[in-house]
Amino acid sequence: MFIQTLLTGLAIGGIYALMAVGYSLVFSILNFSNFAYGSIIMLGAYIGYWAMVKLGMPVGLSIIVSILGAATLCYLNERLAYSPLRKRRASSLFFMISAMGTSIFLENLVYATIGARFYTFPTLFAKANLEFGGISIGVLDVFAIAFSAVAIYGLNFFLQKSRTGIAIRAASYDIDVCMLNGVNITALIGLVFGFAGALAGISGMFLGMKYIVYPTMGWITAKAYIAAVIGGLGSLPGAVVGGVLLGVLETFVSAYVSSVVRDVFSFSLLVLLLMVMPTGLFGRFLEEKV
Amino acid sequence: MGQYLSGILSLGLIYVIATVGLAIFTGFTGLFSLGHAAFFAIGAYTAAILTYFYGVNFYLALAAAGLASGLVGFLIGYPTLKAKLRTDYFAIATLGFGEAIRVLLENLSITQGARGLPGIANHTSLPVLLVVTALVIWVAWNFTHSRHGRAAIAIREDFVAAEMMGVNIFIGRLRSLVFSAACGGLAGGLFAHYFCFIQPSMFTSYMSTQLTAAVVAGGMGSISGPVMAALIFIGVPEVLRIANIWRLVAYGLLLVLIMIFRPQGLMGYREFSIAMLKDTFGRFRKGGRA
Repeated sequence: MFIQTLLTGLAIGGIYALMAVGYSLVFSILNFSNFAYGSIIMLGAYIGYWAMVKLGMPVGLSIIVSILGAATLCYLNERLAYSPLRKRRASSLFFMISAMGTSIFLENLVYATIGARFYTFPTLFAKANLEFGGISIGVLDVFAIAFSAVAIYGLNFFLQKSRTGIAIRAASYDIDVCMLNGVNITALIGLVFGFAGALAGISGMFLGMKYIVYPTMGWITAKAYIAAVIGGLGSLPGAVVGGVLLGVLETFVSAYVSSVVRDVFSFSLLVLLLMVMPTGLFGRFLEEKV
Repeated sequence: MGQYLSGILSLGLIYVIATVGLAIFTGFTGLFSLGHAAFFAIGAYTAAILTYFYGVNFYLALAAAGLASGLVGFLIGYPTLKAKLRTDYFAIATLGFGEAIRVLLENLSITQGARGLPGIANHTSLPVLLVVTALVIWVAWNFTHSRHGRAAIAIREDFVAAEMMGVNIFIGRLRSLVFSAACGGLAGGLFAHYFCFIQPSMFTSYMSTQLTAAVVAGGMGSISGPVMAALIFIGVPEVLRIANIWRLVAYGLLLVLIMIFRPQGLMGYREFSIAMLKDTFGRFRKGGRA
């Protein structure tokens, strides 16, 4: 039971970690909470569903379509809703409102056009289980853990080793100095949003396959925000640790206490954390920059 | 027709009360609440349970609704505002708070879960609403023109400078939040006794969105702007009979467009007055060269 719960927690934690990394990535550069991220994840799931069911693509290909689609949407989101504010050097409050507006717009556009219907992915391997030593784990969960790990490791490798990755890390410290040193910030931010969108596509796909696809499924990103706070806002390793930790803790609460109190628990954890350890585990943005 | 109009006006006034509360909070301290519907819900349930199960006098129940919401606002604000964290933390905390309250309402026995409370006595008449609205606007107006209101504005504009000048940021923000929550509770109590039926699914993010949209569109830092915006947002779609769902699509788009083209909103920091009208028409006469 214990190991079983742990594995289930790790699988959902992996998806939380993916989302939290995508959210933190944008936060670390532009210093605002991208509340539109949930709707990009939702659209990623819809795109994946469309590719797989309507166009009959194989799983691998539809994941790639979903990644590309979500990355494009996330990029467009930045171009249309954030870059005019960035050029005006607006305060982060305005960015947040704009993000919220985008999220409300996209979610309800899906409601109004596609409808509130629930869509389920065809059960490819969702039902299949791996058994070993009395413990069973879904093939999908194994796949989710592996894919999250590869995606996060790949992104980390890129950020640490490549020239562009170094530029992104520099921009997260000081965007103006980075610009003075000849970095094309507009292209760089576009790329960051593209990466965040790609992660949204992956997590949307897995969430859709694990649960169902519906217009407000993006609400799950609230968990990603909480995970990011646990790890420390703007820190990528923090987002990973926070995501996995939150996933595991939640699953234990569901398993041993009650699944009803799960969300109340996550939120109480957030408030408790803000009281005793507001920086999170790896945080560096504690108070607003002057 | 008369009854229809007074119905729209009543609903508009209920929203005006909650919007004024949010305007004092978001507009004057620059903090964002993504779960303001929760205060509305707490007020609605407090008042409804008191009159429904305990036969308490309506006006006392209304006062209790405001007090209960204010108290919850204090409890949620104390830990999250104490550490003077970035505004993002607070927004995330309220997001979780809104959902947690809804989950609680759906699972408590006194609230009768998702079935809701049918058959609440109808006490909210137009005269009652007009009096309460006038009272709330009067208090809000005096608040913004008092020392505390000026302190709140100083916090919004530059909280480092405000703190240097001896403004207590924590107290200032908490005071605004409690007032705002109390207004939300009051509106909730009126709402419950107007519709005579409440259930948890009435108080979703849709409501929070509508309130936020009114404050942002009306102008952050104004009282009269959000009041007008709230009336427009209730009245126009009602008169034009637009489907609910497209209303939300429009709100989302509106928020983004306002942030891009007119971040100060309808009124900006100004208040509606005769002098302002003269000024505006004067500018028109001069051909827009003020």
